[in-house]
Amino acid sequence: MTSIILLSIFGILNLFVGFMKSKKVLMPVVLLFLAVALGVTLLDWNQPQSYFSNMLATDNFSVGFTAVMVLSTLFILPFSRSYVVAENSNLAEYYSLLLFSLVGGIMMVSYENLLILFVGIEIMSISMYIIAGSDKRNILSNEASMKYFLMGSFFTGIILFGVALLYGATGAFYLTDIAAAATRMDPGTAPMLLMGLLLVLIGITFKIGAAPFHFWTPDVYEGTPTVFTSYMSTVVKTAGIAAFYKLMSAAFGGVYAEWFPTVVAITVLTLLIGNIGAVAQTSMKRMLAYSSISHAGYLMIALTAFNDRSENALLFYSLAYAIATIAAFGILKYVGDARKSDDYTAFNGLGKTNPLLAFVMTVAMLSLAGIPLTGGFFGKLFLFSAALEQDMIWLIIVAVLMSAVGIYYYFRVIIAMYMRDAEGERIAVDPLATFTLISLVVLTVLMGVVPSLFNNLL
Amino acid sequence: MLTALIILWPALAALLVLLVKGPGARKIAFGAALVELVLGVWAWINFVPNGSTQFLLNEPWIANAGIMFKVGIDGISLLMVLLTVFLVPLIILSTAKHTYEKPSSFYALILFMQTGLLGVFTALDAFVFYFFWEVALIPIYFIAGIWGGENRVRVTFKFFIYTVFGSLFMLAAFVYLYFQTPGTHSSEEVAFYQLVLDAGTQSWLFWFLFIAFAIKMPVFPFHTWQPDTYTTAPAAGTMLLSGIMLKMGIYGALRWLLPVVPLGVSQWADVALVLAIIGIIYGAIIAIRQQDMKRLVAFSSISHVGLIAAGLFTLNHHGLQGAMIQMLSHGVNVVGMFFIIDIIQSRTGTREIAAMGGITQNTPFLSVTFLVLLLGTVALPLTNGFVGEFLLLMGVYQYNAWMGAVAGLTIILGAVYMLRMFQRVMFGEKNEITQGFTDLTFNEKAVLVPLVVMVFWIGLHPNTFLMISEPAVLKLLDVIKR
Repeated sequence: MTSIILLSIFGILNLFVGFMKSKKVLMPVVLLFLAVALGVTLLDWNQPQSYFSNMLATDNFSVGFTAVMVLSTLFILPFSRSYVVAENSNLAEYYSLLLFSLVGGIMMVSYENLLILFVGIEIMSISMYIIAGSDKRNILSNEASMKYFLMGSFFTGIILFGVALLYGATGAFYLTDIAAAATRMDPGTAPMLLMGLLLVLIGITFKIGAAPFHFWTPDVYEGTPTVFTSYMSTVVKTAGIAAFYKLMSAAFGGVYAEWFPTVVAITVLTLLIGNIGAVAQTSMKRMLAYSSISHAGYLMIALTAFNDRSENALLFYSLAYAIATIAAFGILKYVGDARKSDDYTAFNGLGKTNPLLAFVMTVAMLSLAGIPLTGGFFGKLFLFSAALEQDMIWLIIVAVLMSAVGIYYYFRVIIAMYMRDAEGERIAVDPLATFTLISLVVLTVLMGVVPSLFNNLL
Repeated sequence: MLTALIILWPALAALLVLLVKGPGARKIAFGAALVELVLGVWAWINFVPNGSTQFLLNEPWIANAGIMFKVGIDGISLLMVLLTVFLVPLIILSTAKHTYEKPSSFYALILFMQTGLLGVFTALDAFVFYFFWEVALIPIYFIAGIWGGENRVRVTFKFFIYTVFGSLFMLAAFVYLYFQTPGTHSSEEVAFYQLVLDAGTQSWLFWFLFIAFAIKMPVFPFHTWQPDTYTTAPAAGTMLLSGIMLKMGIYGALRWLLPVVPLGVSQWADVALVLAIIGIIYGAIIAIRQQDMKRLVAFSSISHVGLIAAGLFTLNHHGLQGAMIQMLSHGVNVVGMFFIIDIIQSRTGTREIAAMGGITQNTPFLSVTFLVLLLGTVALPLTNGFVGEFLLLMGVYQYNAWMGAVAGLTIILGAVYMLRMFQRVMFGEKNEITQGFTDLTFNEKAVLVPLVVMVFWIGLHPNTFLMISEPAVLKLLDVIKR
């Protein structure tokens, strides 16, 4: 809760900082804000509390996911340095929007009442609609913003409709009350309840970019400036999946059998579409967009398994995925800017011109592909473990096959970097970004070698 | 602790090598590999062959899930460790005449791979095993992909996808087994051995594990990555792949397939044996038709490994002991063969059999060592290959006489393609490209002499090695037949 208040205040303060002539001070200030917010969040560890007549509550679940989101934002910002230099960019506003959207994200992981969930989703989404269009003179960015806005509001409407139906069926917005009503399953209101559940489920599926409501993802990701795409595919996704999990476990845990078929169908579809879609891409950025769809699928495996391992697996995977994705997008930003292209070919020979960038990218790709020595491997292992404990062998076979497909497109980047001839000069990277990239690699390897530091936190 | 040191030393050395610029990298890597050899021999000296696991290290790894970082060495592991520490310095030495771009990365990757291999051979926890299994794969991917020959990107990629695909199934099987262990779950080898699973479960688990190991060996029909990869990889990479890495598959089957799902194995042993025997004949016949020396040896390797695989699935004493000793012999022979092919290629600029002839006339030393290794490969009595093939064929005969008879064809076919190659390359008239063929340099002798010594050591006194693995193999058979 403190982090929500702090981030809101910081967001407003930051707008005032934006009045200063030099934009150079902005990033350090925001990084400081985020560091403070992260520290304050972690203070709530093992200190469960509830606010506003229990509409919002902090527990280890919410603290864990909040920490992942704030940490991700901290890692993402250093890559936005080129905007500091660019004239006419309204950097203070963008940073503030990110801070505000984080507030929405935190609400999405600590709600106890569906209204808070709805408000959280809206706060987060509206910021993102604007951010998506922040590259004003780029037609793709305009398209992204428009598309995201129209689709997003449409699906928010669906969520709201679902919430209304749930209220009609149970007379409650509180998760605990809904859980009680759902387990009773009165014959009279059951259809309304299930319809409400389905609509909310569809709405959240859209937000995390899971199939079949994923279609906006590649276009929006492509049009959005890379730094903000990085934010979308990590922070927004983490918030969405955590909210999703919380909804299902806290409100509908008793009717697992009712929603399981739908969720498992969405999971399989997401895995298939995300991975197979990524194979066909020639643009690295679109590949990462599809890859983020596929990772939504992996994350949803935790939901289908739905047992005592799921929460931890979800948190670990979210962190591992976020770190690797931020590194990938960060490097893509530099390479894309320098070589004026987001294609795989832009990475040709990067191993020769920029060995460090290439190495970091390699670790990130290995992690996303789930190869040992990286956090991604244990993320997958923990997810698969959760599912196998429920004997869902066939689901794991699908996931395994799709992971093998994933290797195909992640390794295309590695091949381009090390096995093709260099095109272009050495790319200059500023020290802060270099430092961030190194930290990301260290964290990824740490998660891959001593996973016990990070798993079983919840 | 010794096991941990054996695993970690090459990785530490690899980091050191990375810091070295220029050609010094090879020397440091070679020195590090020699130190590793000393460590391996030290383990051998202190090892008591009584079927127990020694030099145990058992530390919590993912403590809250009951997963331990458990490594140790028993008779089966020790032979593989010895093979690895023996071959890696020779492989590094064999690259002396090549100049690689970015030598420090190249040699660091070789050492890093050694860590992966040794981890695989000493792991006593399924997840540790899987971890190192994949760790060994990454360096060879880069070695073959960056320093390889024509089409290296496509070929290496195919190899990578193939093996990862297989190993993901292995991972799924391991996770499943982990959940079958009682109480707070465990993924230790012993916990898996004690599992009592019904035949139906074992049946599908068999395939999950078999696919992973069969791809690595490779067993027909999972072999299609192998000839291309062997041909394309740089010589050192081919030696690593054929000499050591393919033993990961055999070793994995021995350690994690046969004793864990014995019912599954007995259900599918016939199928596995038939596949292995098809591989023996198929590999040999294709080898006869090859014009490229490297491809010829690659296909011959499919044939020989087929026999080892067949021995594994007989589940009898001869079959398993034969597999053990043949893993050593095959490692020694195939590394020697690939090195000699590399020498010939660097002297003549080609690997085409038809383009050569008359090399013996200037090269007594090369001719003799080549012939010794070749005879080892075709399993002439008194050489290393004979011991292994004899035991293996005996094992297969015990299982099924018909299968034994067909598998026995490998000896005849092997002699056909190997001797034909030797005759056409080494004998006959000299031509322009073999005219100025010089004999071995000191460096090349330093690689080949130890290999030749091993050919005779194993051939004349196989007991040195057989007695190391014997108690462990008997113990394994007890577990399988429980």
